Amino acid sequence: MGDFLQLLTGSINPYYLQIIVNIGIGIILALGLNVITGLTGQLSLGHAAFMSIGAFTSALLTIKLGMPFFANLALTGFITAGVAALIGLPILRLTGDYLAICTLGFAEIVKVVFLNLEITNKALGLTVPSAITAVPMPIVVWLVVVVSIICVTFIHSSRFGRALMAVRGDEIAAEAMGINVTLYKVQSFAIGAFLAGVGGGLYAHFMGYINPSDFGFLKSVDILSMIVLGGLGSITGSVIGASILSAAPEFLRFMASYRMLVYGGLLVCMMIFRPNGLMGGLNFTSLVLRTLGRKPHMKTVMDQKTAKTSES
Amino acid sequence: MAILELKNVTIRFGGLVAVNDVNLTVEKGTIQALIGPNGAGKSTLFNLITGIYQPTSGSIHFKERSVNGTPTYKIAAAGIGRTFQNIRLFTDLTVLDNILIGAHSRGRWNLAGALMKFTPWVRKEEGKLLNLAKECLQMVDLSYRAFELSGNLPYGEQRRLEIARALALQPDLLLLDEPAAGMNPQEKAELMAMVQRIRATGITVFLVEHDMKFVMGISDRIAVLDYGEKIAEGSPEEIRRNPKVIEAYLGKGAADAHA
Repeated sequence: MGDFLQLLTGSINPYYLQIIVNIGIGIILALGLNVITGLTGQLSLGHAAFMSIGAFTSALLTIKLGMPFFANLALTGFITAGVAALIGLPILRLTGDYLAICTLGFAEIVKVVFLNLEITNKALGLTVPSAITAVPMPIVVWLVVVVSIICVTFIHSSRFGRALMAVRGDEIAAEAMGINVTLYKVQSFAIGAFLAGVGGGLYAHFMGYINPSDFGFLKSVDILSMIVLGGLGSITGSVIGASILSAAPEFLRFMASYRMLVYGGLLVCMMIFRPNGLMGGLNFTSLVLRTLGRKPHMKTVMDQKTAKTSES
Repeated sequence: MAILELKNVTIRFGGLVAVNDVNLTVEKGTIQALIGPNGAGKSTLFNLITGIYQPTSGSIHFKERSVNGTPTYKIAAAGIGRTFQNIRLFTDLTVLDNILIGAHSRGRWNLAGALMKFTPWVRKEEGKLLNLAKECLQMVDLSYRAFELSGNLPYGEQRRLEIARALALQPDLLLLDEPAAGMNPQEKAELMAMVQRIRATGITVFLVEHDMKFVMGISDRIAVLDYGEKIAEGSPEEIRRNPKVIEAYLGKGAADAHA
């Protein structure tokens, strides 16, 4: 099986393979930020910082401890989430623009710290040995993508997810409903950071070289553009947005130095013609049902659900 | 038995004393009203009870336990549901989701539960919450709106939805902040019947309202606030005749003429 997959990924042009992996990592990052910004409504401009923390943590775990890759990824996720929770506790009491500026500042601090630490090799960056995995790296990345999509989908339609949406809607009303707003904000921040950390770990091991400057403000804005393009709060939107924005710079390469101009133009048009994002807050299933002209038969769904529980 | 007790509650905002030395008791199982002219401190009092503000001095007891310094979400979970004067629904969510959020403190599965969505334990709880939500919707006659966005509901229904959302908390005490505001006479009559039904289920109701017909028709007891001070308390009949109340509402001359 492993050999077959090796052969499969080996047969793809390495350039395309890299785009495919970049899309995958982009999706993981976008899903994470969408939990924080789309679902919980907390504007974060420092998502790349969590990616950075993840990338360096994961790289150091491999270099210094030689940790097996999957344990490494999991631990990286938890460490990044822990850092996010620590940072989140004080700054998530702020709202809106103030929070955004705080996250921005935090991201800059992380960058400067990594640029000056001996252990992260200062401005030279780290060379990361490739991970030893049973299946090739691109497959690993996309496995993580699938697992992330499933987990975030579950979160969306759960009691936990509803509490996050309540925080997004109205913090005072959410508190009056018995929701510990600060706790939920911190948890949402930690979930987003977990995914960013894992994404960073994958990035570090796939690219083989990381530098603190790779994870600057532009990267954060990139991730934010992905979820805004796809539609805030929509999982399908995050996937589409991340795919388009990860691939666009490559596909626009034939335009040489004009490509960033076109890229920017695309975003501007997008905001004018579809300000709610491509998916406009909808998910894939509801979109399909809508195009088929069918309203989801939620009423019957609900009746069935309640009937089932009253039997038990 | 008193379910809610305010003892010498005072709150100052800078130089302004919004609520001054108020003593108030709400008996279990009753409908109690709080009235007073605009700016008398009624909503502030509600915000004090629910922990949004902390009293400068004095103490508030719910079910004989002090709630001073308790955060809002804990007070809510302990059994105080409320609505807001300016409706605060989650307008981008469906009616059903709004109520399920109201039922938040009746569930306990958190992030782990979200990730184990299809395990029987989590499904059972989700079903329980859904049943509770259904009951609350029926209580306010909104079942037929369950899957509409709450922001698209007409005003009167939004008010009712807010009550249903507070009921989903399964409160012992329900605080209604101007529930009849902006309603037409028929809606008011329906609301009155609804509040009676809610009380009949054993929930104590404490409401702020300007509509005198509504208040007089429904309350067991009425307290009157004016400039942050309690100036009267009693049955609707007593309040109607109280010269201090007439003075607060209509001015001194009117009180003399009435006497």
